[in-house]
Amino acid sequence: MTDTVLTMRGISKSFGSVMALRDVGLDVRAGELHAVMGENGAGKSTLMKVLSGAYVADPGGEILFLGVPVLGRNPGIAVIYQELSLAPNLTVAENMFLGREGRAFSTVRRKALEQRARPILDRLGVSFSPSTPVWRLSLGERQMVEIARALTSDARLIVMDEPTTALSTRETDRLFEVIATLKRDGIAIIYISHRMEEVYALADRVSVLRDGQYIGTLDRADLSAAKLVTMMVGRDLGNFYRKAHQHKPQPTEPVLKVSGLTDGRRVRGCDLALFTGEVLGIAGLVGSGRTELARLIFGADTSVGGEMFLAGKPFNPTSPRDAIAAGVAYLTEDRAGLGLFLDMSIGENVNVGVIEKDARRGGVLNLARAAERAALAMSGLGIRAPTPRVNVGSLSGGNQQKVLLARLLETDPKVIILDEPTRGVDVGAKAEIYKLIDMLVGRGMGIIMISSELPEIIGVADRILVMREGKIAGELLPREGEPIRQEDIMALSTGTVTPQEENA
Amino acid sequence: MTTKPTDAAATPSWMGLKGAMQIVGMLPVLILLAVAFQVMSGKFMNVNNLSIVMQQASINIVLAAGMTFVILTGGIDLSVGSVLATSAMVAVIVSLFPGIGWLGVPAAMITGLVCGLANGVLIAGLRLPPFIVTLGSLTAVRGVARLLGADTTVFNPELPFDVIGNGSFFGIPWLAIIAMSVILVSWFILRRTVLGTWIYAVGGNPEAARLTGIKVPLVLLFVYGMSGCLAGLGGAMSAARLYAANGLQLGQAYELDAIAAVILGGTSFVGGVGSIWGTLIGALIIAVLSNGLILIGVSDIWQYIVKGLVIIAAVALDRYRLKGGART
Repeated sequence: MTDTVLTMRGISKSFGSVMALRDVGLDVRAGELHAVMGENGAGKSTLMKVLSGAYVADPGGEILFLGVPVLGRNPGIAVIYQELSLAPNLTVAENMFLGREGRAFSTVRRKALEQRARPILDRLGVSFSPSTPVWRLSLGERQMVEIARALTSDARLIVMDEPTTALSTRETDRLFEVIATLKRDGIAIIYISHRMEEVYALADRVSVLRDGQYIGTLDRADLSAAKLVTMMVGRDLGNFYRKAHQHKPQPTEPVLKVSGLTDGRRVRGCDLALFTGEVLGIAGLVGSGRTELARLIFGADTSVGGEMFLAGKPFNPTSPRDAIAAGVAYLTEDRAGLGLFLDMSIGENVNVGVIEKDARRGGVLNLARAAERAALAMSGLGIRAPTPRVNVGSLSGGNQQKVLLARLLETDPKVIILDEPTRGVDVGAKAEIYKLIDMLVGRGMGIIMISSELPEIIGVADRILVMREGKIAGELLPREGEPIRQEDIMALSTGTVTPQEENA
Repeated sequence: MTTKPTDAAATPSWMGLKGAMQIVGMLPVLILLAVAFQVMSGKFMNVNNLSIVMQQASINIVLAAGMTFVILTGGIDLSVGSVLATSAMVAVIVSLFPGIGWLGVPAAMITGLVCGLANGVLIAGLRLPPFIVTLGSLTAVRGVARLLGADTTVFNPELPFDVIGNGSFFGIPWLAIIAMSVILVSWFILRRTVLGTWIYAVGGNPEAARLTGIKVPLVLLFVYGMSGCLAGLGGAMSAARLYAANGLQLGQAYELDAIAAVILGGTSFVGGVGSIWGTLIGALIIAVLSNGLILIGVSDIWQYIVKGLVIIAAVALDRYRLKGGART
């Protein structure tokens, strides 16, 4: 069975001035599992959204499905998204036929739906019945409902976007059996995953995307970890930022020491030590627990185990307020959603963390002090706006990020955790943020920087911890005169054996 | 470097326009209504009638000021009408004690404060939705009001603080002076104190507020306490005006007028955006409408219909004007 089900040619997609996909091609054959791999933000999800009709590609490319051009949604293509899209209050059968029950005002024929659902569920070998409400099911069972839903539409091609992230080992095994059945029936599967072992176990072919471009396809016979990792990260570090500060290892005790920190779900026993005057990078794939770890340290979520020490003293923040008072600041990765007050002015946003400390008797604002702080922050960080009275919502991404940074710095922290500090920020502002980081560690702060951009984290961090599935998978140090290698980070993130270890 | 020159040029003028609209808000509508009623009736714009309008508006202004605090945090307080009735009952009952009758006013405010703090504890402490909590207290506190007077009207023809309701100071009714003082104090709290900034921050982005180290539960406790306390003051004002209070009828549907005033004043229902001056203008629009419609002889039934439609039209106009600028 080598007849081609899907051919995508010359697919590009731009959002404003950002090219998310550039001239990408992909072909998928009947009965094969075609894995698509790539770093965070390589364009995998965008490509799938173009395929499912959720995004319209830029003109010029074409998508042929069973030899016919695809425009918009196609009933033969089913996509199972990372975020499950079931209605928990409805039954399994109702969810399977959601949106296809018939006309809006006809009665829902529950019995008929259940009869149609039953053979499909039997085929998947699940233990729940079509009349079970979805809220009673485990995440893995819900995943099965998603697949059952895809099968109700007689899909010839099923896209699975990281289907195993929420599944237990047993459920994963069950899913793999189902995938084998689907393949035997001649259904093509596009499988997106970061987990190398799954790709090894399942894939007939693997295509790699990097920075929105198609890099190449490997057949199962040619598959090797070294090749895949090189294809995923093969970017030139040449003209990228290099840190200007030089961290000298000190024999002093760490400013922040974390041991066995656990939240019982996404962070499973992390240890780290941060010294003054260094940038500690935390790398890892999306969902590896980096942000969750940072939020635990900051007291934004509650930990269920582990202990922390700040400058030698026990540090157990139960709220961000505690952490800030102790000298820990956290820059969120979601600037607009969790960081800024978009309807408030630059001045108010910069000062909101310190107005209490600055206030006169009775909690009356010290407007003079606030204006002074705002003016200093604007000139010191190069926030470009006509006055501090401008609403933050009207600023560019880079300027918004600087406002948020300014707010953190006003609280006079000893430790700063930066979560994706340059996300959605233009090149000029990025360079300014790197310079700022250099300056702050020069003054003796300890900085933890979480980043998905490998060249960035290699350029800025003094050493890098790599997280995988809620644990610290390893630590990487640069060697004399040689930066940390992207391949090593990627290998630790995905859980493959590093090329060196293979050689050794 | 990061901002393109065109952006830099465009931002201030747009800000200026939006800023001006935020300050002016619904003022043109208020002026238009006043002019229209003057033209139609010929007796709207005289000192005597304007004084009556202010007196009629005053209790709603006080309630709406409290409501502004609550809505700025993204919440709602449906219980103010019932709290007002309970506080008025307390005010009249306390006023009947010989010698200490003046204590009726603080007693009413404390009663309101207690009711408001009870709302606040349930909302901030147990994280229950404000709509549900205050809907519950709307009913429960109404019951308390009826219980206090054994479900009858309590009178005090010798009310010691009746000057509040019926007296005036250099020709300005005390009711109006109290209402304006409440607006000024509210402005000061919202714009000149740490707490005020926190209120806007909590309404604008509650999760960011928590991550910034703001005591979110304290802010919520304060706004519901403030709303309750001002409803208590409103109770004392209405008792002073009537020399009596009735647990069943007093303050029925007052919460709706207060909410209407806040929304007319341009405060965002999701919180974080709005001003106390807008609320003042919103409350005055409602009072001018009631007064003007009576002056031009519109029947009671039609007054309801016209008032409702004007509120919807005014807010629709406001949204349309600010389209693209405001997040609501």
